[in-house]
Amino acid sequence: MKKLTDMSAELDAGSSEKKLIEIDEVTIRFAGDSGDGMQLTGTRFTTASALLGNDIATLPDYPAEIRAPAGTVPGVSGFQVHFSSHEIHTPGDTPDVLVAMNPAALKANLADLPQQAIIITNSDEYTAENFAKAGYTTNPLEDGSLRNYRVIPIPIGRMTAEALAETDLNDKEKDRSKNMFVLGLVCWLFDRPLEPTIRWIEEKFSGKERIIAANIQALKAGYHYGETAELFPVHFKVRKMQLPPGTYRNITGNEALALGMVAVTEITGLKLFLGSYPITPASDILHELAKYKNYNVRTFQAEDEIAAVAAAIGAAYSGNLGLTTTSGPGFSLKLEAINLAVMTELPLVIANIQRGGPSTGLPTKTEQADLLQAVFGRNGESPLVVLAAKSPADCFYKAIEAFRIATKFMTPVVLLSDGFIANSSEPWRLPSEEEIPHFTVNFRTEAEGFKPYLRDEETLARPWVKPGTPGLEHRIGGLEKQHITGMVSYDPENHETMVKLRAEKIRRVANDIPEIKVEGSGKADTLIIGWGGTYGTITDARNTLADEGIAIDQIHLEYLSPFPKNLKQVLENYKNIFVAELNLGQLAFLIQGKFAIKVKQINKVKGQPFKVGELVDAIRKGLSL
Amino acid sequence: MSETATIEKPVYTKKDFSSGVEVRWCPGCGDYSILAAVQKALPEFEHLRENYAFISGIGCSSRFPYYMNTYGFHTIHGRAPAIATGLKIMRPELSVWVITGDGDGLSIGGNHFIHVLRRNVDINILLFNNEIYGLTKGQYSPTSNLGLKTKSTPYGAIDTPLIPARLAAGAGATFIARSADMLAKHLNETLHKANEHKGTSFVEVLQNCYIFNDGAFDPYLEKSVRDDRVIYLEAGKPMIFGKDKDKGIRLNHKTLTLEAVSLSEVAENEILIHDPYHNNTALHFMLASMGYGGDGLPLALGVIRSLQAPIYNDRLAEQETEVIAKKGKGRLTDLLKSGETWEVK
Repeated sequence: MKKLTDMSAELDAGSSEKKLIEIDEVTIRFAGDSGDGMQLTGTRFTTASALLGNDIATLPDYPAEIRAPAGTVPGVSGFQVHFSSHEIHTPGDTPDVLVAMNPAALKANLADLPQQAIIITNSDEYTAENFAKAGYTTNPLEDGSLRNYRVIPIPIGRMTAEALAETDLNDKEKDRSKNMFVLGLVCWLFDRPLEPTIRWIEEKFSGKERIIAANIQALKAGYHYGETAELFPVHFKVRKMQLPPGTYRNITGNEALALGMVAVTEITGLKLFLGSYPITPASDILHELAKYKNYNVRTFQAEDEIAAVAAAIGAAYSGNLGLTTTSGPGFSLKLEAINLAVMTELPLVIANIQRGGPSTGLPTKTEQADLLQAVFGRNGESPLVVLAAKSPADCFYKAIEAFRIATKFMTPVVLLSDGFIANSSEPWRLPSEEEIPHFTVNFRTEAEGFKPYLRDEETLARPWVKPGTPGLEHRIGGLEKQHITGMVSYDPENHETMVKLRAEKIRRVANDIPEIKVEGSGKADTLIIGWGGTYGTITDARNTLADEGIAIDQIHLEYLSPFPKNLKQVLENYKNIFVAELNLGQLAFLIQGKFAIKVKQINKVKGQPFKVGELVDAIRKGLSL
Repeated sequence: MSETATIEKPVYTKKDFSSGVEVRWCPGCGDYSILAAVQKALPEFEHLRENYAFISGIGCSSRFPYYMNTYGFHTIHGRAPAIATGLKIMRPELSVWVITGDGDGLSIGGNHFIHVLRRNVDINILLFNNEIYGLTKGQYSPTSNLGLKTKSTPYGAIDTPLIPARLAAGAGATFIARSADMLAKHLNETLHKANEHKGTSFVEVLQNCYIFNDGAFDPYLEKSVRDDRVIYLEAGKPMIFGKDKDKGIRLNHKTLTLEAVSLSEVAENEILIHDPYHNNTALHFMLASMGYGGDGLPLALGVIRSLQAPIYNDRLAEQETEVIAKKGKGRLTDLLKSGETWEVK
């Protein structure tokens, strides 16, 4: 496989005509001040690459502060994109190219770069003042500290201003276009057409002709600069990947989750109610769904997290789809209300887009440390269903699955996603109508023989009744219910019966979900288990090990409560079991507790996803190889 | 449900609204009278029985839904307004009633209380104010008087109480009324007005807790003093009170305060005329505050404020209609393809 860092000879060669050289994959990280527009540059480059047919995976990384002090390391925002001519599952361990818009961006990212990485940096910003802000005592471009990298300093601000000299833009507006110059330059370097970006600029700034013209001019100036300036003797091409035929789009986890929820309204014919309170990194789901007023979707920005889930419970009680979205600290606030839905056995979906904790923790960083909170975090014996999405596009299907289970079993379902897959993107082949799962929802309307807690024999679900149904007036609430009648009951025998019934109902969900499938040969001695957003990285790690002749098998748990029925049986086939997760061992705890099987843990809590190399090393070490 | 809207309303009696569940409030509790008043009033309203939903929080008052033969949801502490909001947003055709108390609605649920009022969701809130925590056996509440000795304040309460109607006015409530458990007729009329009001109707019901705070409202409501200590506000009528209808409420223009005056000493045109329909927050605020803090004024009963204002659930429906008119009814397949897509052949 040809990578950019193997191209030293080509990059060193002097050449008058700039040859186009084919490579297999590239990882670029765009980094700058929060206000430099690097997220935008990254997304536009991603779209251009996706439209070319590359496989892609992205990782935005931004500070919690919207505008931390300019020029400082905490203010640096990054966007990493990995694109390739073959299937990839991760945003790339190490960037081959770093675009650093100032010294702070260089400083914040340098440690992640491999030797020979290309650093394109805005030399305008290398001033004494900025060195001080970034904590440099000498100019890194001149002090030899970058000798192992291929540094391309470009006065990006000045070049952009020159390119726009003829326009009537003021200096500030000109400076704001410099991310387009960078995008143009990188598009040339990797042979991406400018047309998709131009189309996007025209749409985005529709009606503002001078801004459109200036942005396009800056974009083209960057492209032509790459072509003509003596920066690179060659440029690169990454072929498109062989993909199954269909219509594709690039999608983030939060977008996919929102679309999945819209799908549920079409599948069930019910309206969706989202009660939510803004919280990073879940807010985008609220933003998306708020747009879909013409899709049977009602969104409600509540006064707090508790009101958000409470209103969603009200919506579930009304006979519609009650959803609330949040992240860790907000999830903690909702737990009491979720327990009300456990007791009243109402279908409710709670999407928790996990972030680094505890407390406010790392709002913009990823972590998988809310698993035990989701499974256990309520008073009393309080079983519910926990699902986890494994990739950005999978959020679409898990949204549907969450409501399928919630409405079939009359239970709250927690859908776990995380900051990584919520904001990362991947190409997604749009499902046809037949490929979208279908299910039906039943309401009790027959008054004859109605009892609020008379359960379905198979699922143990109680009937769902819409208020307004004549003859079925009844009362529910958080006090213990009498079996079948639903009347308040303090009877000791009844309480134990009900506790056990609620537990048994959730156990029976295991009859209704797919059995776990082993990926790999199925014959290895070693198994690696993951859950949630780590799927891509673990898969790549397994493939890397296979290339090295080390065969391991892999399972990825998408159902955490209850576990798939055959999990125990699968685990018994392996001598070595690794559990890899972005916490200190929460799934490992559940598995060991439930099956009394010893596992080896691979854990990371740095607010960042695993790197493939980290997993490969940890497995090798664990196997003493 | 829309299909039931065309069904002719049966003739209901009070009994039709009793669930038959044994009522378990303490003997002598004011809640019995309120339950009776609501069960009497509901048959007089326009709604079908199945379209009533009673949503409560936690506390003595919140047991209320169990005794009503309607849809009922006994939820968690303080959150009933939020649950009712979700219900009403999704099912605007229902007649939604929140039953809460001074602890549930104003302490743990204070945040939801002010926000449901400012949004003006079309629901009714009955707050039973007994100025005490009853269910937890007698701690002081956010409406308890300063100095009140309770189990948790053995040396007397030291925090300043809230005046519920005044808080509601501050939160922008469009309907604020006050009545009392023992005033069956007045309570019935107040419930009628709350039901008629479009938007959030907030009714504070002064309720006697016989066990932990007995006689809390006697200084106003005890028969021998009542006529001189309360004023029944009526829209368009001068604010006159007293056993002999010889006292009135006047605005002191210099101090911008209300004062009680003897009609024998001032001209009748100086007496304020009650206008609950005018968006005069300052005056409604003053009326809500009367009788508190030893101001010598009578406690205001009746509808303090009743405004026509945009309603949250109506605006939501309007916005939906507008978006559908502009963009058409959405289809998932189109939505999936929105944004930049590409074909792989």
